[in-house]
Amino acid sequence: MSQKNYFGQLELYRERMILCKMIDSDPILEMYIFESTQMIEQTEAVILDCETANAFSSDSINEIFRNMHTLKGSSAMMQYMHIADTAHAVEDLFHLLRERQPEAVDFNTLSDVVLQSVDFFKTEIGKIASGESADGSAVSLINQIQHFITTGLQESGGESETNISSDIEPLYVYHAIIHFYKDCEMENIRAFQLIHHLEEVAVRFFHDPADLIDNADSCIRDIKDRGFHLMVESALHYEQMHEFLMKTSYLDTLELQFVEAWPGEEPKGEAIKAEVPEAAPREPASTRLEFNALAASSLDPGSSSNPEEANMPSAVQKALSNSKPSSHSPMISVHVDKLDRLMDLVGELVIAEAMVTSSDGIYNSNGDSHSFKASSQLRKITSELQDTVMSIRMIPLTATFHKMRRVSRDMSRKLNKAIEFVIVGEETEIDKSVIDHISDPLMHLVRNAIDHGIESADERNASGKAVSGTITLEARNIGSDVLVIVKDDGKGLNRDKIIAKAVSNGLLDAGQLELSDREAYNLIFQPGLSTQDQITEFSGRGVGMDVVASNIEQVGGIIYVDSVPGGGTTVTMKIPLTLAIIDGMNVRVGTTHYTLPTTSIKESFRPLQQQLLSDPDGNKMVMVRGEIYSIVSLHERFQGTAADTDYTKGILMMVEQDGKSLCLFVDELIGQQQVVIKPLPAYFRKLNRSSSGLSGCTLLGDGSISLILNMAELTGSSHKVSNNSSF
Amino acid sequence: MSQASLNTLVLEEDEQKEKYLTFKLGNESYGIEIRYVTEIIGIQTITDVPELPEYIRGIINLRGKIIPVMDVRLRFKKPFRDYNDRTCIIVIAIEDTAIGLIVDSVSEVLSIPDSEIVQPPEYTKMTNRYIQGIGKTGEEVKLLLNCSKLLNDDEAEKLVTLI
Repeated sequence: MSQKNYFGQLELYRERMILCKMIDSDPILEMYIFESTQMIEQTEAVILDCETANAFSSDSINEIFRNMHTLKGSSAMMQYMHIADTAHAVEDLFHLLRERQPEAVDFNTLSDVVLQSVDFFKTEIGKIASGESADGSAVSLINQIQHFITTGLQESGGESETNISSDIEPLYVYHAIIHFYKDCEMENIRAFQLIHHLEEVAVRFFHDPADLIDNADSCIRDIKDRGFHLMVESALHYEQMHEFLMKTSYLDTLELQFVEAWPGEEPKGEAIKAEVPEAAPREPASTRLEFNALAASSLDPGSSSNPEEANMPSAVQKALSNSKPSSHSPMISVHVDKLDRLMDLVGELVIAEAMVTSSDGIYNSNGDSHSFKASSQLRKITSELQDTVMSIRMIPLTATFHKMRRVSRDMSRKLNKAIEFVIVGEETEIDKSVIDHISDPLMHLVRNAIDHGIESADERNASGKAVSGTITLEARNIGSDVLVIVKDDGKGLNRDKIIAKAVSNGLLDAGQLELSDREAYNLIFQPGLSTQDQITEFSGRGVGMDVVASNIEQVGGIIYVDSVPGGGTTVTMKIPLTLAIIDGMNVRVGTTHYTLPTTSIKESFRPLQQQLLSDPDGNKMVMVRGEIYSIVSLHERFQGTAADTDYTKGILMMVEQDGKSLCLFVDELIGQQQVVIKPLPAYFRKLNRSSSGLSGCTLLGDGSISLILNMAELTGSSHKVSNNSSF
Repeated sequence: MSQASLNTLVLEEDEQKEKYLTFKLGNESYGIEIRYVTEIIGIQTITDVPELPEYIRGIINLRGKIIPVMDVRLRFKKPFRDYNDRTCIIVIAIEDTAIGLIVDSVSEVLSIPDSEIVQPPEYTKMTNRYIQGIGKTGEEVKLLLNCSKLLNDDEAEKLVTLI
């Protein structure tokens, strides 16, 4: 029975493997895309760093080399040969750089070449990720790289090649037994990846099972049963080697031991330096033959290496007992869907917890303090849990900001403007879903700043500014919002030009010219308004700024621009930290509960009869401190009930959104609470009737539903609704 | 997933075939295919959502999930009747859409073989757009509802309001 079951499962597993190759939710592919993207981004950052410093440090050369090497390996494994070939070419290039350390290298051309390859990787992996076939041709790129190798590097080659072997470090021999997590699956591939990485640090090695790919099934079983055995000779110290191996994904346990000597060789004792064969380093082909032969004689797990354990230095033993050294990076990557699910669950938990603790029974029925204590403990834990889950979704803006550095570099090259790019506060954290929404707008803004804002070198000279323009990208926390600021020290906006353009485009009435500076400048967020006379590759078509504005509004943020003529322009985006949870004020209207975002509430008050006015059309208004605000009765707006409500019996809530204020009439204030936003059922959209004025709903402590008001739509300040100046 | 659970899945499909959950609206008996039904709950507090057709009464909180509820009486242009302790919400799921149907009372689950189901008579074309068939069980007849029409067939509705 169990046998049969096992085969049935195996059969299914095979089927699934075949399926995996066809559908794009293949976990290996996903992992490949994720890791490659990370490596490519890393490489890009390193190159940009080097370019700023105008020198390639040996560390960064090594890092790029390593990244390319890994990318080559994994791409070859995934059968993306053109990516692998390109990575190989770049790897060659950096290999030469590393070995020869040439003095005169044209860094500009070098970074151009490498960045081009980075772009190529990006587009190809983008294609793979979106399920298209990655069909880009790498031939010309590879030729370019090879051309650079031959012309740019040749002159200083040669003599330094001998240098490497002169300072040979002592080599150590290790025996490692690796167990993967029980159900990580595809153990042979994991092991293969490990070996692939190992090629970089090991002088020579062999492993058992030796044949990882061809005999996949038996090999997986072997690894599962006995663990994956490795014999490694490397210059790495014990701690380094341990750390290196611990980086293996899905690693469960690792046993790492010193071995006196390579199997079949004489023990070298402590003085091993000179006897090591000189040919070994960086010659995988010749060594591989060697360990294939050695693998045949194979390892007898445990037997050969145990006696050495007693001889190990005590520090090493300590490291062995403590399986995770502190320097090991404790990072894992998690699918966003899982996080969303977790977040939903925690949201529901918080509500359920509120239901339990707020029910009267728990305090009154027994009157014992025990359940009271327990429930307050529960509340503490759940709120901490909620905070923690929220913080998981928060990621720093670093990656987004560094992308902008690339944009600015390319632009400055293209437009021949020297740009100094300053990043402030990149460690500011913001919700993942919000980040996705702001990276496009940021790109627009940076491009605009460089193209429109920064003047040409001559102009800058004439106006007495430093020749290179400065773009500052800044982020900082303000309460529950994040400010993202793009600042340039260019020529600033031309107020008159903007107004003239707005009038000629019909965005503004000719009579309506008494605008404050800010109002005038913010006209640039209107569709179809560009002050650039010439259309360039980067900007000037008048689309862009309005897209920026609507993108920012989508995430509930606001955007405004300040400018000093001749002194520069500052665009400020105020973005909420998260989309999923808001601080809300619960109010009652009739029998229904509504929730208003606390951030938009200015004040709430009960009006006096003499404050109330109404115009001939029956529109109600209220006078507060000499200002008139219109009243929107939520009864009328949402429930269609009679308009003759007595406003002096209820509460008026003055709300402000994007500078527009009005008063909402409600029956009662219930209280303030953090609420988890849930979308309204998708079925409502299907009915093709937009429930405008609502942005979602949430569950209250007693399990009842409260509708969340969409302030932008209620105040009519949403970008789509008002076409005139809304600032 | 093993072969065994696949088999049970197929079996379940078979078991659900030709079975209908019947409920009452006034004097008529209706049936819906059991495979759409997720659960049956008593009447709950319904939160009104503005600017929706009258027959969508609002949304309810089903253990943390927000689902809309439709009053089938109002959907069929019958007069509204106050909810009482017999009133039930049948939660159905069609193509990822979960929705609650408010009915007067739930009766039973019946097996109606396909051979006992006849097409609704032709001349009532205008009114039977939600009925996919009429099932005969002994002396009684059950009007078998087409669930997806119930949810999605808004075109005819709009026409009627125009006239």
